[in-house]
Amino acid sequence: MSAQPENTVDMVSIEVDGKAMQVPKGSMIIEATDKAGISIPRFCYHEKLSISANCRMCLVDVEKAPKPVPACATPVMDGMKVYTQSRRAIDAQHGVMEFLLINHPLDCPICDQGGECELQDLSMGYGRSVSRFTERKRVVKDHDIGPLVQTDLTRCIQCTRCVRFMDEIAGTQELGMLGRGDRAEISTCLEQGIDSELSGNVIDLCPVGALTNKPFRFSARAWELMAKPSLAAHDGVLSNLWYHTRYGKVLRAVPRDCEPANETWLSDRDRYAHFGLESDDRVLQPMVKVDGRWSDVTWEEGIKAASRALRSTVSEYGAKLLGVLMSASASTEEYFLAQRLARGLDCANIDHRLREQDFSDDAARTGPTAFSSAMAAIDDSDAILLVGSHIRQEAPILGQRVRKAWRRGATVAALNPVDWNFHFTVADKVISAPQNMVADLAAIAVAVARETGKNLPETLQAAYDDSRETETHKRIAGMLNRDGNGMLILGQSAMAHGQAGWLRQLAAWICEATGSILNMVPHGGNTTGATMAGALPGQGCGGAEVEQGLDARKMLETPLKGYLLWDVEPGFDMANPALARNALKSSENVVAVASFAGEDLKDVADVILPLAPLAESEGTYYALDSQSFKVSQAAKPAGQSRPGWKILRRLGGDLELDGFTQVDLGSLQDEMLAAIGTPQYTPGDIELALPPTDGEMYRVGEVAMYAVDGLCRRSAYLQQTVHGEIEFVGLNPADARSKGFAEGAQVKVSQDGASAVLPLRICAELPPGAVWLKGAGKASSQLGDSFGPISVEAS
Amino acid sequence: MMKRIIEYLRSLMLLELLAGMGLTMRHFFRPRITINYPEEKTPKSPRFRGLHALRRYPNGEERCIACKLCEAVCPALAITIESTQREDGSRRTTKYDIDLFKCIYCGYCEESCPVDSIVLTDFLEYHMETREEGILTKEKLLAIGDRFEDEIAENRNKDAAYR
Repeated sequence: MSAQPENTVDMVSIEVDGKAMQVPKGSMIIEATDKAGISIPRFCYHEKLSISANCRMCLVDVEKAPKPVPACATPVMDGMKVYTQSRRAIDAQHGVMEFLLINHPLDCPICDQGGECELQDLSMGYGRSVSRFTERKRVVKDHDIGPLVQTDLTRCIQCTRCVRFMDEIAGTQELGMLGRGDRAEISTCLEQGIDSELSGNVIDLCPVGALTNKPFRFSARAWELMAKPSLAAHDGVLSNLWYHTRYGKVLRAVPRDCEPANETWLSDRDRYAHFGLESDDRVLQPMVKVDGRWSDVTWEEGIKAASRALRSTVSEYGAKLLGVLMSASASTEEYFLAQRLARGLDCANIDHRLREQDFSDDAARTGPTAFSSAMAAIDDSDAILLVGSHIRQEAPILGQRVRKAWRRGATVAALNPVDWNFHFTVADKVISAPQNMVADLAAIAVAVARETGKNLPETLQAAYDDSRETETHKRIAGMLNRDGNGMLILGQSAMAHGQAGWLRQLAAWICEATGSILNMVPHGGNTTGATMAGALPGQGCGGAEVEQGLDARKMLETPLKGYLLWDVEPGFDMANPALARNALKSSENVVAVASFAGEDLKDVADVILPLAPLAESEGTYYALDSQSFKVSQAAKPAGQSRPGWKILRRLGGDLELDGFTQVDLGSLQDEMLAAIGTPQYTPGDIELALPPTDGEMYRVGEVAMYAVDGLCRRSAYLQQTVHGEIEFVGLNPADARSKGFAEGAQVKVSQDGASAVLPLRICAELPPGAVWLKGAGKASSQLGDSFGPISVEAS
Repeated sequence: MMKRIIEYLRSLMLLELLAGMGLTMRHFFRPRITINYPEEKTPKSPRFRGLHALRRYPNGEERCIACKLCEAVCPALAITIESTQREDGSRRTTKYDIDLFKCIYCGYCEESCPVDSIVLTDFLEYHMETREEGILTKEKLLAIGDRFEDEIAENRNKDAAYR
């Protein structure tokens, strides 16, 4: 400890194994020793969880203490002398280890934790070579707690890390400890699975093999696996993770510590999505459709076919009739090269916001990032208003951060189209059907204006309808104004809303008036990268001014003659699948670069080039708050698939465009970073159309948690969870009654002429006038706008 | 000069030849130690390390639990194992290959096996006609185990006292 902090008021001096150190007052011995690199064995202590001190493995010797004390639960005191290696400490640890091993089975050879087991490791140092225990060992019956986590509770040593994690971090209280003494066992209490979106973390927390990864079960040993650093781009958090690979194949994912992004956690979506990599409809070879039949071709021919398709569209119909639609989770290099390719062909139509429908406020964009604060700033905010955000499912890690803020004492309020079940208490909530959300947010804005004495601009005033204002709106306004440290989180249901422009502008004004932070959570994993690299109509790389092109919506409303689809499935990745399918079907040339090609894509595409998904690819990604992460290939690309930047470079070269001569990723990255380095944004004026006020039924089509992208949709294990069940229509009890529907009845929903028949679920969490039909499902892939008018009738 | 003449005369007497013939005659009347392989065989230690085998329990269940310790310990990287969960939930191999050309017959796999599944039998008279036959698959290994189970068990019993 060479650099001593000057302020020593809150520091105390202790001595550990004869080494003097200064540690903060009130911290535990184990925190001090961990910082100093002195190892103390432990099972139940975890720095992110509360202290329970029940494993007793960390017993250390403290001078003048009558007996050994647990290092994890003993606060430091000035002048304390700790001995971690004294006879008494070592004897105590040996004794504890002998007790722990009494009931622990000796099944390491068939235990998946074998080789990476904390108990196994410590028993090498503290265990006896021969057991003195001759009585019967206990056996605990297993519980089936769902398709993701395997239990083997006989191995449990009752450290309760999993129970504490579920209680404190995941907030679902789904695990508990029943019984006492040697009858104590971890249980789900109710005979049902764990539904938490963070449940996989108990696998990492479990120091023994009692909770292990179910899909990975028995497939490899820890020592056979290569840990390759990578990212999960299913949400904008960009959780850092390790892909454990063997022979170039990803076998499992575990979190990689990154305090500003995912801390030490990993959502189930990020942990289990990679099982989709092995899907049957993976594109393994370039394919060309000739006379309605697909045939495999070489890369040479595939690239030729693709560039011919693009070139002929441009030469026959002009570049205005070509559109580039990109997934919101591609790498920044891909966006950079794709926009260069499009603009090289004089085509200004490029967009990545495929799940959104309202772009009326595009000109008012002020910066490249969706977040105006760091993601970690959520932890410290005192008042959070969620607008159209099911944050638990949209970005489980951010949901966990909101919960953390709430546990700290923050007030959380919500304006949502569904009364979603959060793992924090929502103090004030306005549950309004999509058609009323703008009016409700305007009511909050007016209340804020009244409270702060600032004027709501005329243009935004137009959405205000005084009949909607209630005490709740006023309380929410007061909450944001009262606590200086407020935050407004605009979720995916707001971003995909038909009047998202209104919601964004109202939210921006509210934040400005109250000094709150505006954070938006758009769909996709690299929207920041897409914005910075200029995969937007009317905005070039680094915010450069370019010709205004068509946005994702307009490209489909007026069908173009040619499309380049980048990792997109028309039925599942679009705001309006029916519209998208019609436009793509009527177009002459559709080039798709995709990792997966279901019937849906094969139906509309003419050329398909195999794209390596993130785990098998490389590139740069920008999180919501613009932290950048570089990844390199973790697994071997399946078949002939290639990283996206190589495909684009080849395509650009074949089209004889400038700027496609990069020899390696490094030179491309240098070029890209120089171009996006200094984003210039000059917000312009916008005009917002008045929101419709008709009293129809509106659809709430939020994208289901495990359907956000092709990889998740193909992960069988994620689909087996309760969150995989998305094929239903939800109606408010009053609406269902007035229409005479009973729970479970088959009802017919129609949007713009397309219809589907689905079972009805009566949901008290829905407001009247809303129809809950999640997006990116099978039925939804036949329907129209995820947020738009819908009709429901008996089938 | 004189010495060389005597040596020359002595060589004419073929004394070395006679000494050699004497040795041959001595051995001619001694008991023979050569055996008529393959009709006759030398005794082998119960610890002899010959061809590999995978054993079964008396109820016919394979012993191997796919713990992969043998794969990890193998200094010649001759063992390749793939494992999965069998329908009844138990941990089993789907692939257990030993490359006989890589194997150095050190016996570490047998030492590391927690369930006495992989063993080296005392069978040494095997050959292959193609290179592919040098890979022993799980089926072959189990078949070898079934064929030699009695000998394997007997040899383990004999050695048990010293382990």
